[in-house]
Amino acid sequence: MDTYSIFRAFADSWGLLAMMLFFIGAILMLFRPGARAMHHDAANIPFRDDAPHPAPTNTDVKGDRDA
Amino acid sequence: MEIIKLIVLAMIAVLAAMAANFGQDWPYSVHMFIVMACAFYLFVKALQKFGDPRAPVDTGYQDDVVRAGVIATSFWGIAGFLVGVYIAFQLAFPALNLDLPFTTFGRLRPLHTSAVIFAFGGNALIATSFYIVQRTCGARLWGGNLSWFVFWGYQLFIVLAATGYLLGATQSKEYAEPEWYVDIWLTIVWVAYLAVYLGTIIKRKEPHIYVANWFFLAFIVTVAMLHIVNNLSLPVSIFSSKSIQLFSGVQDALTQWWYGHNAVGFFLTAGFLGMMYYFVPKQAQKPVFSYKLSIIHFWSLIFLYIWAGPHHLHYTALPDWAQTLGMVFSIMLWMPSWGGMINGLMTLNGAWDKLRTDPVLKMMVLSLAFYGMSTFEGPVMSIKVVNSLSHYTDWTIGHVHSGALGWNGMITFAALYYLTPRLWGRARLYSTAMVNWHFWLATIGIIFYAASMWVTGIMEGLMWREVDAQGFLVNSFADTVAAKFPMYVVRGTGGLMYLAGAIIMCVNLWLTARGVGQTHTQPTAQAIPAE
Amino acid sequence: MSFLNNHKKVERNATLLLVLSLGVVSVGGIVEIAPLFYLDNTIEKVEGMRPYTPLELAGRNIYVREGCYTCHSQMIRPLRDEVERYGHYSLAVESIYDHPFQWGSKRTGPDLARVGARYSDEWHVDHLKDPRSVVPESIMPGYGFLLETPIKPEQSRDMLVANMRVGVPYTTEMIESAVSDFKVQVDPDGDWEEMVERYPKAQVRNFDGQDALTEMDALVAYLQMLGTLVDFSTFQADASR
Repeated sequence: MDTYSIFRAFADSWGLLAMMLFFIGAILMLFRPGARAMHHDAANIPFRDDAPHPAPTNTDVKGDRDA
Repeated sequence: MEIIKLIVLAMIAVLAAMAANFGQDWPYSVHMFIVMACAFYLFVKALQKFGDPRAPVDTGYQDDVVRAGVIATSFWGIAGFLVGVYIAFQLAFPALNLDLPFTTFGRLRPLHTSAVIFAFGGNALIATSFYIVQRTCGARLWGGNLSWFVFWGYQLFIVLAATGYLLGATQSKEYAEPEWYVDIWLTIVWVAYLAVYLGTIIKRKEPHIYVANWFFLAFIVTVAMLHIVNNLSLPVSIFSSKSIQLFSGVQDALTQWWYGHNAVGFFLTAGFLGMMYYFVPKQAQKPVFSYKLSIIHFWSLIFLYIWAGPHHLHYTALPDWAQTLGMVFSIMLWMPSWGGMINGLMTLNGAWDKLRTDPVLKMMVLSLAFYGMSTFEGPVMSIKVVNSLSHYTDWTIGHVHSGALGWNGMITFAALYYLTPRLWGRARLYSTAMVNWHFWLATIGIIFYAASMWVTGIMEGLMWREVDAQGFLVNSFADTVAAKFPMYVVRGTGGLMYLAGAIIMCVNLWLTARGVGQTHTQPTAQAIPAE
Repeated sequence: MSFLNNHKKVERNATLLLVLSLGVVSVGGIVEIAPLFYLDNTIEKVEGMRPYTPLELAGRNIYVREGCYTCHSQMIRPLRDEVERYGHYSLAVESIYDHPFQWGSKRTGPDLARVGARYSDEWHVDHLKDPRSVVPESIMPGYGFLLETPIKPEQSRDMLVANMRVGVPYTTEMIESAVSDFKVQVDPDGDWEEMVERYPKAQVRNFDGQDALTEMDALVAYLQMLGTLVDFSTFQADASR
């Protein structure tokens, strides 16, 4: 077989299977136990942005306080 | 340290002066002169400050560079839209080409695309990513003045690219036209950008890296990869702006569209999704609809996008296997794209009433709607049968603009409206009515644009392939050009409306920053003018 | 089930996130682009292709500089109307010496892959000077300034050397005679036989019709050779490509 056909056969079988498994694996990873709390926490990060933490002690803080 | 800085700047100035003198072509000499002037200016400034005691290090967020970014985004936006409107009318009224070397469509078109993608979009991405990474990491930007180097270095890249196009320095690879030394400069700036970004994430106080930063990080690192590989070239001479691409023909074509499509995928999509994942939740005051979905969205989007390049080369001399692969992945790309759109829109669940009163939120929703529309249209156009009609026609131009004007433009405008009052310490925007005007001008402008391009694109595609009963072609090419005239006028008008909306925005932002009609309400957020 | 906690690491480790992202985005490019460099059937085997003459190459540089590719493609697709309108569909081998390729992505104007020898030199000069004088519907800019811009043959040697370094088979002889080959191609009275031997099918004419050697000469020489090289009687289509 020429190089092209070998590559083609590999891509149609093992290559496809590997990508599929990787994709399913990635999704399963998301639904692992204990992820919910973590994701809830991470999703709320944008609402904790008052100032660089830990808050600096001087009064000369730059940054918004809009939250 | 200061001594080294002075020596380096002086050396750059002297070397650039020599290079300008020995330059074999105009663009090269002009560019080296610009470099010399910049180095000389920095040298003088450094000399004036020489020996001054070091200023105390700020501990708050570094927002001055973000403020500068907001100004640069607005400025380049207007410039890019203006050139776009001009070249749109050149296609309707060719006399506007003026038949001067510097004003022909062939030279202005790269100026337009680079100005809107890299100058407007790029500044928006740098500014918002600097703003977001600080707030989602709870940390000041890493690297001190390195962020200022990124900002000014990027502006220099824009100036060199733009003047190069006008003077005829181009390597003719779409969206990667700048010549070799400009490419090298951008690589340096980009590495600094990655360093600032990654450094800030590493020193963050939050345990998690918020998903917006994932998108920004993937955008920065992928654009670096694309930029380097697609610009591999050999300068004809060290004193010439001309370079020869390393690859040729079919390999070069696929490398270019691997780059070109992912300039869309990572510059205009992943980066802007980073903006979306921060500003939409903030403006709606609700966390993102599903954080899990955002993670799936991220990995599947960045994995699939890279494969889609060959759909720009359907039915060309690119081998069929590559075309098929490109088509299949382009169609699959529809899913993560809509996953992201749904995630953004559903964030507003329970807050839809805010759309009535908040035109900024309305812009965000519209941008997501256009994102959804163009990421549906894209997979459809990547199907080979459809592509055989749409390719080479104005349909492609319409598709790009519904994404660029609708998605990238609108989300950027919304981000600018969000940022300006906060960055300049104002309680609110100068005028909400003006935001509404902007919203409607832009929306109607995009509809004019997209609709006219659908009409001309499909019309010319059909006219090209029309044969009579004997099997002869019915239309000469010139017939199809003449038939497009009315739609070209409509398109130009749509662009003009979009530009008008952006000008209204700039006035609004300017008056907001100046604090016209409102008192300074946030004493803690000191407005420090951009350097 | 400890591996299930790995994603937590990704979500918390910036460097790991960076490396993983880079890995994920590399796959598609490697799988699609790398094989094009070594699969034998990517480039068709035909007779007739040769590197550009120094003058044609200079013309090509002007084509690139003026952004002609923004409106003209050089890639005829194997579709009935295109083959009817423009000629045999384009082969990969026809752009093998194009650094970079000029396939284009938009046809605001017609395809130019086989425009060579279709029109007279005078038509090209008139058309470039004032497109609407020969095609009233045209929306192309005028390029009259090319007639007034002299072109320097001296730079062609560097140009050939740079092309040779990226793989274009220019011989030492071609490089040594680059400047004289450049000049002789616009001079039908000169000794152009050797040049044509080096570059078969090269056309020797005063392309712009005026005495001075201008950019118009180079651009028209380039346009007049586009698509004229390949001998299609030697072309056999490969079914599995």
